[in-house]
Amino acid sequence: MTTSASGAQGHRGIAVALAILGWAAKFIAVVLVIATFAFVLVKAAPGDPAQVMAGQTGAADERMLAQIRQEYGLDKPVIVQLGTHLKRVLTLDLGFSYRQRQPVSTLILERLPATLLLTGTAFLLALFSGILLGTLAGLRAGKWSDTLLTVISLILYAMPVFWLGLMMVLLFSVQLGWLPAFGYQTIGVTMGPFARMLDVASHLVLPAVSLAAIYLAIYTRLMRASVIEVAHQDFIKTARAKGLTQSRIITGHILRNAILPVVTIAGMQASALVGGAVVVETVFAWPGLGRLTYEAVMQRDYPVLLGIFLVMSVLVIVLNLVTDAIYRLIDPRVTTRATN
Amino acid sequence: MDTIRAFSRHPSGMIGLAILLVVLVLAVLAPVLYPEDPWEMVGRPFAPPLTDGFLLGSDTLGRDVAAGIIHGTRVSLTIGVTSTLAAVLIGVLIGAMAGYWGGRVDDFLMRVTELFQTIPGFILAILLVATLGPSLVNVIVAISVVSWPPLARLTRAEFLRLRGREFVQAAACQGETPLQVVLRHILPNAISPIIVTGSLTIASAILIESALSFMGLGDPNAMSWGFMVGAARTVIRQAWWMSVFPGIAILLTVLAINLLGEGLNDTLNPRNARSGRH
Repeated sequence: MTTSASGAQGHRGIAVALAILGWAAKFIAVVLVIATFAFVLVKAAPGDPAQVMAGQTGAADERMLAQIRQEYGLDKPVIVQLGTHLKRVLTLDLGFSYRQRQPVSTLILERLPATLLLTGTAFLLALFSGILLGTLAGLRAGKWSDTLLTVISLILYAMPVFWLGLMMVLLFSVQLGWLPAFGYQTIGVTMGPFARMLDVASHLVLPAVSLAAIYLAIYTRLMRASVIEVAHQDFIKTARAKGLTQSRIITGHILRNAILPVVTIAGMQASALVGGAVVVETVFAWPGLGRLTYEAVMQRDYPVLLGIFLVMSVLVIVLNLVTDAIYRLIDPRVTTRATN
Repeated sequence: MDTIRAFSRHPSGMIGLAILLVVLVLAVLAPVLYPEDPWEMVGRPFAPPLTDGFLLGSDTLGRDVAAGIIHGTRVSLTIGVTSTLAAVLIGVLIGAMAGYWGGRVDDFLMRVTELFQTIPGFILAILLVATLGPSLVNVIVAISVVSWPPLARLTRAEFLRLRGREFVQAAACQGETPLQVVLRHILPNAISPIIVTGSLTIASAILIESALSFMGLGDPNAMSWGFMVGAARTVIRQAWWMSVFPGIAILLTVLAINLLGEGLNDTLNPRNARSGRH
């Protein structure tokens, strides 16, 4: 899959177009497979599918069930139902939440910005702080920084993210009173746009740090190892012999090369990050898709759960694309990253 | 024997083993230590630790937190081990087919594996348990469905590495059937990295289980650590102990398994020791 960019401009253009086409094909394939999967799951659920879609607690009356049966064509053969279902998904119709009496897409769009803010902040926080701390630790490679990092990452690796979040609430909110523990913003207070932004940011700190912590530890460790490895290679000695300053060597030579494996791993962990957001949002009452997931689970609201599943998978693909772009920015040799 | 001796000289591996043994003993002794049902309301609600005869305090309904933790050990370990066994079975089967046959089969199976790694696993697990219903079996099914991909990739890589080796080809030339070749020659040589990754999978399975029951998707009849933290979440200002202690139980158990896995990795695969996970 990897193509060289050393060719003429035209080749590069074709390569980029192919990459975009390949990505779009993969994107649609993933969406279709996930949609099929969701369809099979609802079929596999115990009980009447119409009842399942309406929510299991039995609030649905006979008329609504009939409406659902008609809408989803539940009286038609399974393969026709699947076709209708996939066609709906491709036209961005995610169905209707019979519990909340709203289209699923409306519910999801309402919550999406908060989730994007949280996962985006956590992702960038983990990546950039990890690269920064890892570089510092790698340049001053010593036994103590290694031991400290190993112990911290071992503990974070063993910690359930919801518990880490609660412990942060206990420390920074209940004991010290520094940061708000729950919600997205202070309710019932009027403030200017700048004050509002600061208010949201202060609410964002604890959830974002909880979500980022484990990845921060992983990237720091990885970056440290990577910096140490690159710093011992011959071209660094050449750069030094050429008389380049230490800061030029670090920014121009070591960092550029050492960052690549960290970015690759960050892309691979996007799906875990998005999954973690569900739990973190539940802990901090963050009004995003994770919180919506919790509410949907409590009410057994399947159309909403299926919609979230689809949207979150798309979010992972987008995060993969972002890491791909970062990778390309750093390493111009790569036009299409090898899939294996 | 050499492996056992090497492992006994691995300090963090031994620490992990020691913690895990304590956890196992507590799990086995649960009915002796706390014979009453952990769901039973046995005293004053909101009793802090070391008051009213509660070692670790009582919860919002007057249930013993210590009893809940000890009984929760059984649930967590059972789910962790069983779902990992299932994940190993799926992963090894898929990885072996992909690595042994190669070609189109490999392409297809790796696409599927990649897809499963793209889907946010935890959300898939939530969806599975919510649809199939929260029971011990369904939680195990959900966790194994989201845990097999790394095992499949690992097995595939091992099979690819071993497939072309001379002793494997010699066995095939001697007329052994593919199944015999796989079972008698390839798999035994691939088993130690699978064991290592499998042991780390138990740890992540326990974490997924705790997160599921935190979200209210655990088996409603099984007392579990995640459920305890989830139930205590809203009263954290008044009663820290209800969420702190079950969390420490999760932390220690998972930490012990990870340490043990790392110890196994260093002793079983000395060549690629410390190469990290996944």
